[in-house]
Amino acid sequence: MLNFFLLILIYSGIYALMALGQNVITGYGGMLSLTQAGFFAIGSYATAILSTRFGFSFWATLPPAALLSALCGLLIGLPTLRLKGDYLAIATLGFGEIVRNVLNNWDSLTRGPMGIQKIPMPTIFGFVINPYTKYSFLVMVVIFVAIAYVLFQRLARSRMGRALAAIREDEIAAEAMGINITKYKVYAFILGASVAGIAGSLQAVFTLSVTPGTYTFMVSVMVLCMVVLGGMGNFKASILGAFIIQLISYFPQLTGLTSVIPPQFKQILFGLILVVMMIWRPQGLLGREEIRYGNEEGEKA
Amino acid sequence: MTILETERLTRAYGGVIAVNNVDFQVEGGLITGLIGPNGAGKTTLFNNMTGLDTPSSGKVRFMGKDITGYPAHKICRLGIARTFQNIRLFKDLTVAENVMIGRHFKTGKDETKGRFLNALKSYIHLKEEENAIYDKALQWLDFFDMHSYRSELARNLPYGKQRELEIARALATDPQLLFLDEPAAGMNPQETEHLIRIIRKIRELGITVVLIEHDMRLVMNICDSITVLNYGEKLAEGTPTEIKNNPLVIEAYLGRDE
Repeated sequence: MLNFFLLILIYSGIYALMALGQNVITGYGGMLSLTQAGFFAIGSYATAILSTRFGFSFWATLPPAALLSALCGLLIGLPTLRLKGDYLAIATLGFGEIVRNVLNNWDSLTRGPMGIQKIPMPTIFGFVINPYTKYSFLVMVVIFVAIAYVLFQRLARSRMGRALAAIREDEIAAEAMGINITKYKVYAFILGASVAGIAGSLQAVFTLSVTPGTYTFMVSVMVLCMVVLGGMGNFKASILGAFIIQLISYFPQLTGLTSVIPPQFKQILFGLILVVMMIWRPQGLLGREEIRYGNEEGEKA
Repeated sequence: MTILETERLTRAYGGVIAVNNVDFQVEGGLITGLIGPNGAGKTTLFNNMTGLDTPSSGKVRFMGKDITGYPAHKICRLGIARTFQNIRLFKDLTVAENVMIGRHFKTGKDETKGRFLNALKSYIHLKEEENAIYDKALQWLDFFDMHSYRSELARNLPYGKQRELEIARALATDPQLLFLDEPAAGMNPQETEHLIRIIRKIRELGITVVLIEHDMRLVMNICDSITVLNYGEKLAEGTPTEIKNNPLVIEAYLGRDE
C-alpha cells in the first residue's frame, strides 16, 4: 500500500514537470497546446536510445533529451504560432500523433511497438537509484520538480512573464508596446517542451522500458487537465493539479475496488471534474498568482 | 523639423482604397490633429505608420529613416508609441502592470555586455530590476494622478481613466512621437478638460503628439496644425483657423449648400 502511494507520488512528480511546462505555454502565454505527450515521448526515447545503444549515463542523456525536445518545440512552434485557440490545439494535437507514429514505425531506431527494454538505472556517486524500491527515486523526482518550480517561478516574475501575460491579454497591444510576440511565444514553447523532455527521461528510467503506447493523446489531455484544475498561471497549482489527477486515476487500485470499478471509470471522473470546475470555479483550485511589486508599504491605500 | 512623414502612402483592401496617395507630415514638438468624417481613413493611416498594417504602396519615414513595413514592435522601439480607438488595455492585469509592460524593452539591456550575460544579470538581480520598473511605472501614474489606482485591475477602472491609462502605458516606452486615436471618445466634459491639460503637459515634455479626434473643441483648442482626410485623400492642412474657414472642409463635414 505504501509502495503504491510512492508510485503515485513519483508519477505525480513526473507529470508535475510536464504540467509546469504546460502552464508556461497555456497559463501564461494563453496558447492552447496539446503537444506535451509528444515532447514527453521524445525525452523518453532520447534517454532510452542513448543509454542502451551508446552507453550514455542517465545524467548525460538529460541535456540531449531536453535539447531535442526544445528543438522540436521550436520546429512545431514557428509554423503553428500564428494559429489561435482551437486551431492551435488541433495543429499541436497532430504533432503529438506524428511523434507517436514515428516511434511506432521507425523500427531500426525505436524497435517499433516492441519498445526498448533494459534501460540502465541511474546512479549517482556509485549509488543506484532503484525505481523498484522507489524512495531514492522519489527524492530525485522531487528535486527535479523543485528546481523546475524555482526556475519557472522566477521567470514568470520577470519581464518575460509579464510579456507573456501581455500577449495573452491582447496580442496587438503587446506588439504595439514593443514586445516581439513571435519570439516570446516560441520561448514559451521551447521551455514547455524541454521540461516535458526531462519528464520523459525520468519516465524512461522509472519504468526501465519505453513503448509507444505510453505516449498517447490522453497524456496531453491529462496534463492540460492538471493545469486547468490547479489554476492557470500558478505553478504551485500545476503541481497540486498533477497530484490530484494522479490520485484520481489510481483511485480504483488505491481503494482496492478494481473488481467493482472498471478502469474506464477514471476517464468519466476526469470529465466530471472538468465540467464541475468549469461551472463553479473556472479559475482553478488556486487561481492565478498575483505578483506584488515594490515594498509592501501603501498596499492598503 | 519634420520628424515623421508619409510619401504617397496608399492602402487598398481589394477594391476599396482606404488611404490614397497621402503625404502627411508631422512637425517635431508640436501637436498635430488628424480629422475627417467617419471612414475617411484616419485610423488606417495610423495603423500604416505604426506597423500594425503595411502600406500597399508609398513610404513612411521617421527621423529620415525609411520604416515602411517594419513590424509594430520594432517601430515602437524606435520611439513611436500609440493608443487605440477601441481601448486595448491588458484588462486582467493591474494598472501598474499595464504601465510596466510599456517599460518592457527599456530594461534588461546593457549594450556593453552580450545577451547571455544580460540575461544572467537580470536573473540574479531580478528583485531590484523589477522594483526599478515598478517605480518608473508609478512615476507615470503620478503624471496622470492615478497613483491610487495602481493595484486595481485595468478592467475595473472608469472609462475615462482607462483611456488615460492607455496613454500612460504608451508614454512608459519613452516615445519621441505619440499617436492618440480618439483619446476623448466617450469622455464627459470634465474628463476631456483633464485630457487637454495632460496632452499639453506631454508636449511640454518634448514629445510630439499626433491625434485623431472628433471633438472639434478639443482639436481646435490644442492642435498646432491640422490635416483633414476625406475618402482616403488629403483634403487640407493648416492651422486650426485656416481649417475652420476652409470651404472644402466645411463641405466635407456639413455638405454643400444648394
